Amino acid sequence: MNVMLHKIAQSWLITRRELKSYFDGLTGYVVLVFFLLITGWFFGNSLFINNIATVQQIFDMTPLLFMFFVPALTMGAFAEERRSGTLELLLTMPLRDWQVILAKLLATTVLCLIAISFTLVYVFIIAALGNMDAGATTGGYIGMALYGLACAVMGIYASSLTRNQIVAYLLGFVIILVFFLLDKSAPLLPASLGNVVEYLGTDYHYNNLMRGVIDTRDLLYYASLMLFFGLMTAHNLAKRDV
Amino acid sequence: MIEVLSLSKTYGTEPAVSGLSFSIPKGQITGFLGPNGAGKTTTMKMLTCFLPPTSGNAEIDGLSIHEHSLEIRRKIGYLPEQNPLYEDMNVYDYLHYTAALRGIEKAKRRNRVLEYGARCGLKDVLHKQIGTLSKGFKQRVGLAQALIHDPDVLILDEPTSGLDPNQKGEIMDLIRHLGDDKTVILSTHILSEVEAICERALIVASGKLVADGTMSELKSAFSGGQKIRLGILEASQEVVMPVLETIEGLSLHSFERQENTLMLNLTFASEPDIRPELFRLAVAQNWVLTELYREKVNLEEIFRLVTTS
Repeated sequence: MNVMLHKIAQSWLITRRELKSYFDGLTGYVVLVFFLLITGWFFGNSLFINNIATVQQIFDMTPLLFMFFVPALTMGAFAEERRSGTLELLLTMPLRDWQVILAKLLATTVLCLIAISFTLVYVFIIAALGNMDAGATTGGYIGMALYGLACAVMGIYASSLTRNQIVAYLLGFVIILVFFLLDKSAPLLPASLGNVVEYLGTDYHYNNLMRGVIDTRDLLYYASLMLFFGLMTAHNLAKRDV
Repeated sequence: MIEVLSLSKTYGTEPAVSGLSFSIPKGQITGFLGPNGAGKTTTMKMLTCFLPPTSGNAEIDGLSIHEHSLEIRRKIGYLPEQNPLYEDMNVYDYLHYTAALRGIEKAKRRNRVLEYGARCGLKDVLHKQIGTLSKGFKQRVGLAQALIHDPDVLILDEPTSGLDPNQKGEIMDLIRHLGDDKTVILSTHILSEVEAICERALIVASGKLVADGTMSELKSAFSGGQKIRLGILEASQEVVMPVLETIEGLSLHSFERQENTLMLNLTFASEPDIRPELFRLAVAQNWVLTELYREKVNLEEIFRLVTTS
């Protein structure tokens, strides 16, 4: 256990560097500002124009926003290290590959959580105005966090495939988009196949969580998805084709 | 300290390193030479546990690269080819970061960075962004990075490539001073550097070891003996040669007459230096020497000889 904590602490050293570089440059601010502008605009619209006191639109918006923003955060994760050659330095440090992957994931997760936590302001406003479904809101936030993490792992995987950040961004976007669309394509398929495809879709499980039902199956789905792309990333790094 | 046992690496079907074996004792500075594409970088990447070998093994301080990857990495300081750096960081932060990743205790990191920053001549640029530094300073940052955990083994892949002659000299001096008590392998194709600081040279070509030895060993092995140029005032070849031929192994290569001096080009098959004996002989014979010169064998010639055949 102690060894594990020590290893995670080592990862955190890399995470700190990543976070610093998000905020030394513009990436971190741009992503946060646009995320807040867009969620704020939709929230304000429904509140002031449609007179509906709900945070539902934020939950509805999030998958789309993450689809655009998360790959922007993860595109550099391995692609840039590969391009500049620093990946070789990093992978000859006394660290395991998984510690490096975890570090990159933690950095993106922290940024996603910062973005998500800003939207809590809207929740407080709605709570003050009256009827809020606490269960659905909690479920929605858990869903957002898990969805963000899943996008981060997919984006990091995309970044491990190339040395070009733009390619990494586009690949990440496409992978996230495909998993988002899976459950929407289910009705077009034969029932037996459709069920499977629906179950594989990220949005299907996100919607389940948003209803306020925190089902182990949905949690397990996100855990497996992350594990799958995490292992695929590890496999790419192990090839050492820098 | 470093034992390499028939190490091989194949990229696809292309062999980069095939059956390389050598051993480097503790504290030696070894030059790793070879033409581009000879497998130097690949070998170094395997020693630093970055690339797994296709077959064979390497041991550093008795630890195998297959089983003790993390322990080996702790013992090694590595400067990869092209000296990759995080250009957006400043020198202090970067060295602090590598010190942390290298497992140096939090309380000691600051001092360590300042110490190695000073040793590598980075004192005045510690708070500059790495991307704005000149190539020579970047190379110093790379060296400081490789040294920050005071490793037993230093692996430097072309530490002077792309530098101007002054910077090259400075970097070589740094390596010589800082690598004093360390086992150092440095790859390069600038042979004068190897002659200047390495005790030993390993020459590889097409993934195989073609020459291995100290500088003087290599020179005598590949030069075909000592080449001596002898000038004797007012002498004739007919008189001189019979006397010289009393020295076993000495033979005449060519001779010429320059004004009143007889110039002889002699070869002597083995070591040690034959010049003292020649001098004593000349004194005994009352010859007036105008020249007694042993031709320096050029490492470049050896390099060309062993890597092109």
